[in-house]
Amino acid sequence: MKLELRGITKRFGALVANDNVNLVAEPGQIHCLLGENGAGKSTLMNVLYGLYQADGGEILIDGKAVKFSGPGDAMAAGIGMVHQHFMLIPVFSVAENVILGHEPTKALGFIDIAEARRRVKEISDRFGFDVDPDAILGELPVGVQQRVEIIKALISDAQVLVFDEPTAVLTPQETDELMAIMKQLRDAGKAIVFITHKLREVKEVADKITVIRLGKVVGEAKPTSTQEELASMMVGRAVDLDVNKAPAKPAGVKFGVKNLTVFNHLGQKVVDDISFDIAAGEILVFAGVQGNGQTELTEAILGLQTKVRGSIELDGHELVGQSVKHRLDYGLGFVPEDRTLDGLVADFSIAENLMLDRSDRKPFAKGILLQLGYLAKFAAEKVKQFDIRTQGINQRAGSLSGGNQQKVVLARELARELRLLVASQPTRGLDVGSIEFVHEQIVATRDKGLPVMIVATELDEATQLGDRIAVMYRGKIVGIVPADTDRAKLGQMMAGVAA
Amino acid sequence: MKLSKRPMITLAVVALLNLFVAVIAPNDETVIKIATDEDFFKLADIPVAVSLVAWICASVSLAAALAGVLLHFVAKRRLPGVLTALGFLAFAFTSVVYLYNGNDLTLTSLLQGSLALSVPLIFGSMAGVLSERVGVVNIAIEGQLLFGAFTSAMIASMTHNLWAGLVGALVGGALVAWILAVFSIRYKVDQIITGVVVNMLVAGLTNFLFGTLMGSDPVTFNQPPRFEKVTLPLLGQIPVIGQVLFNQTPIIYIMYLALIVVFVALFKTRWGLRVRAVGEYPKAADTVGINVFRTRYVSVVLGGALAGLGGSFFTLGQVGSFGQNITHGAGYIALAALIFGRWNPLLAASAALLFGFSQNLQYGLAIIGSPLPSEFLLMLPYALTVIAVAGLVGKVTGPAAAGKPYTKE
Amino acid sequence: MSTVTETKNKMNWQQLVRGNALIPVLAVLTSLIVGGILIALSSQDVLDAAPNIFSDPATFFSSLGNSIFGAYDALFRGSVFNYQADDVFKMFKPITETLAFATPITLTGLALAISFRSGLFNIGGTSQIIFGAIFAGWVGIYVDLPFYIHLPLAIIAGVIGGALVGGLVGLLKATTGANEVIVTIMFNYIAGLLLTFFLKTFMKAPNTVNPISPAVHDSAKYPLLFGVNTRLTVGFFLMIAAVVFVWWLMNRSSVGFKFRALGHNPRAARVAGINMGLTYVAVMAVSGALAGLAGTTQILGTEQHLTVGVSASFGIDAITVALLGRSNPWGVLAAGILFGGLRAGAATMQAEQGVPVDIVLVVQSMIVLFIAAPPLVRAMFRLGKEAKNEAF
Repeated sequence: MKLELRGITKRFGALVANDNVNLVAEPGQIHCLLGENGAGKSTLMNVLYGLYQADGGEILIDGKAVKFSGPGDAMAAGIGMVHQHFMLIPVFSVAENVILGHEPTKALGFIDIAEARRRVKEISDRFGFDVDPDAILGELPVGVQQRVEIIKALISDAQVLVFDEPTAVLTPQETDELMAIMKQLRDAGKAIVFITHKLREVKEVADKITVIRLGKVVGEAKPTSTQEELASMMVGRAVDLDVNKAPAKPAGVKFGVKNLTVFNHLGQKVVDDISFDIAAGEILVFAGVQGNGQTELTEAILGLQTKVRGSIELDGHELVGQSVKHRLDYGLGFVPEDRTLDGLVADFSIAENLMLDRSDRKPFAKGILLQLGYLAKFAAEKVKQFDIRTQGINQRAGSLSGGNQQKVVLARELARELRLLVASQPTRGLDVGSIEFVHEQIVATRDKGLPVMIVATELDEATQLGDRIAVMYRGKIVGIVPADTDRAKLGQMMAGVAA
Repeated sequence: MKLSKRPMITLAVVALLNLFVAVIAPNDETVIKIATDEDFFKLADIPVAVSLVAWICASVSLAAALAGVLLHFVAKRRLPGVLTALGFLAFAFTSVVYLYNGNDLTLTSLLQGSLALSVPLIFGSMAGVLSERVGVVNIAIEGQLLFGAFTSAMIASMTHNLWAGLVGALVGGALVAWILAVFSIRYKVDQIITGVVVNMLVAGLTNFLFGTLMGSDPVTFNQPPRFEKVTLPLLGQIPVIGQVLFNQTPIIYIMYLALIVVFVALFKTRWGLRVRAVGEYPKAADTVGINVFRTRYVSVVLGGALAGLGGSFFTLGQVGSFGQNITHGAGYIALAALIFGRWNPLLAASAALLFGFSQNLQYGLAIIGSPLPSEFLLMLPYALTVIAVAGLVGKVTGPAAAGKPYTKE
Repeated sequence: MSTVTETKNKMNWQQLVRGNALIPVLAVLTSLIVGGILIALSSQDVLDAAPNIFSDPATFFSSLGNSIFGAYDALFRGSVFNYQADDVFKMFKPITETLAFATPITLTGLALAISFRSGLFNIGGTSQIIFGAIFAGWVGIYVDLPFYIHLPLAIIAGVIGGALVGGLVGLLKATTGANEVIVTIMFNYIAGLLLTFFLKTFMKAPNTVNPISPAVHDSAKYPLLFGVNTRLTVGFFLMIAAVVFVWWLMNRSSVGFKFRALGHNPRAARVAGINMGLTYVAVMAVSGALAGLAGTTQILGTEQHLTVGVSASFGIDAITVALLGRSNPWGVLAAGILFGGLRAGAATMQAEQGVPVDIVLVVQSMIVLFIAAPPLVRAMFRLGKEAKNEAF
């Protein structure tokens, strides 16, 4: 089955998310759709899957125009989707998840669970997935959950399979396994559309590459293109992938973590007995696939995690057992991973967000009386200093662009007298200009003689920003190595192979 | 998985309470009367020594608690529900016998009355299950019961036909649920706000119409016939159980049926799978072509219809006419049963039976002049629910998407 | 110059129509119309004339008009200004009655508004009023002190009573994560039953079988503003002060800032070092305190004896008041006076026209439903879509 998107245009208000996009997926071929976050890849796929209605253009299957008014239509036409956020229900069994929407039934609408099991088993065996139909989905590892998502697409005999950023949550091994599965599916005659922004993966599996930028197709690339070529097509200019920074001048240990263990609410160890030091004037980047304990580690340092064993020492002061407020006051700067959820109050103004951490003390408050005059002055100053593009200090923070939101968070955190900066994925989803700005701020903080801890999932960012790199795998530190360590080696470490 | 200590601790506390009652129990006798005239064969009255019963039950619940401790620390397994139930039942029996000390305890009428008080609660909790399992929080059970009570009385009175009254109840309850559905699904108004306001609307409307329409012409509008009890052949003649369960009005037989159907439909059929999927993760359901909105409407409205039937039990099953605020907060107790029963129709029905029992026990005790203040028994459902949501007896979590309006992108 | 002002005026008008300003007005209007239809449909005169609608339409429509006009005329005379009264005092008495009702309704509305803005759904106004009244009543009945100490002490006791019950809900949420909606619903019933128990036992008045307490001492009563035949007390000024206080607390104090941060984004508040557990308790305690204050205006003001019905329906009314007032203190005041007027007028409506007071409940709940669903109101009045002002 051949799928063709012709001239697809999709607008959201004034924003054109897809502008006259063409794309062809042919059987036995892996077609990569490459683009930065926010380039319009997911919008295009949602149009294809019937979740959005296009404002222009058409979808053709084997040369015939079709119209999808919902995912049901797309599925019936033979299109299957492996979603970035799995469309699976944690409390259901694997079989229940797979059959949802086209359940085999006996009389009176009773579900034929034996038949459901059989179907899951059949596909699982055919592709060597090794999935137990009766397992409760939520109790399975992420890689296995993704296979369930693939089985779900295959069970309705999909001929075109769309993978939407499928490797974001996978370990390197799981990623390799997924790549193998994709090739296997291709060889079985399926048409594969692989949406990603990771160049290495594109290089590994693509038969054909379409690059999309700001909603427009900028061109096709050959699988033989170099990563630099692909990157420059993706971002629109020759990318300077390097961060400008002088060599670090580490000067004595300022921040030390010893034998730290963090338990989650189920009592599982999510950070497992780790120790490391950061010197003054040094950036230590935590690399590794998301979900290996980095988030919990930073949360433990801030004090959001409550079941913690071990020691976290900053300037000779023990932080474990102290409140979040105490740690912030003591000089911890914290840039959270998800700025819209954890960094900002979207409905508050920029000014209000800038005093979120110190609203109850001088100079922002006298007693419990807010000093709104001071706040206005302070906010105006920060807007200028951090080049926050806004209509004014009273603009809703939620209406700012991602880059400007991150600047607000940085402005707030760097305004305190700091002893340590912890930033979790500080450039996630930002445009190139903002990334540069954030990197500059981080390096400047280091050069002031502070220890800096960064969590990065992109290996490139880790090697360029860090002075040293710590790799985490399943809650443990696999090793701490210099930033110029060989990529292949880092990749192995991310898969849990010790340095 | 970390094992929760709470069920074990709860069980131990119950056992200690039981022991306490045994220690303070007097040596009086409570006569348990079992037989009724219709029985197949007669069972004699059983005089029991209160303290003896208390000690036996205390041993049972202590044994249950001990087994719980062993299971937890040695076998490291979750406590089976049976064990918890055993501990609670033993304690409940001790308490009843103790509270009735020196008096006659007519088992059949105690249980019969309990069931009667539970009927609207069970129907209401089913409405809650159907609504919340599909992702719509149902605070409006009270309104659905009340309007069902009103419409059933009015229609049955106007048509002189009980079955038409039941249809009226179905429609009345469904109508209220439909309002809840429209505002919470279509207009995405906060479901709790909608529920509270809908209850207010129904209370106002029925009171208003009771004062005007029914007040000016009660013969036409508020004198419905009343359901007679029907004894089921054979089943009805089993001692105790027969009288309690199978000598009842048709509404109660419909309730048995509805309970089975709702349970089976929810957990064994395609429809139920889709309902639960929509209540857990509507977007996932949407992406496989399930119509989230329609599924929500249907399930919520069906639930409302059932609650309407529950309301008709007040008018057509018991009182024989509508009265202002006749449901008297039963909808909120049904909500409590729903939560205490962890969104499972059968468990919720058990919780409803427990609540009905505690209410009826209070009436019984008032008659024999027990010193226990009736308010404390009446408080039981509410207090237990607070304890349940505070997680003191294990974690209670409802459907993941309940309370969240679904927005199609 | 003139074009600029013109566009500006046009903008304002557009905002009025497309924004939110017009919706409450239309919601109230629509609800009153629907209420009128209900009144007409239940009027015996209208029903009698209905079969002859074609042969004698004049009678039908005049009876229709009479019943609706009669009802709303009575509502007006009972709540605002009684132009039929024979002396000036009686003419203005209705407005005092409206404000007397508005006092506890607004206070409880403010209580709930604070919780709503802080992201907590306190529907336990009833339980908090009850405990406010029990505490205040206890001091007012069983303690004997001079006026200038007794009244303030009783008021403070009531405030503490409400704050304790509210704070307990916050504490449960902070420590166990218990959903405050369920807990407050259950607390409403528990409080009612406890009150009944108290009134049957140690707070029972001697020489009666009814569950009613002895009267509050005169020294603990809110002074009446206009003499014996009215019910408006000094509590009204306390209520106005509370409106100002809530505005100040939420908009000008760091405490309110934390409350709002918690309401808008609890996760970001936590990351910024705000102690969520403590803030939950504080929000619910302040909220409960205001409802407790409403309880004092009941027991030390209009009621004077503690009875089972001390909270009336104010706990539930307050939900609608807070919503109609959009949880803004001035809005809550306006909504509280509106609903106070409906309560006051409804009594006259029932006495004169035989329209049951419950019509107020119907009107009140419809107002809230309409307000909560602006698209519905817009569709009814064909106003078009709300202007989108959010940037992408």
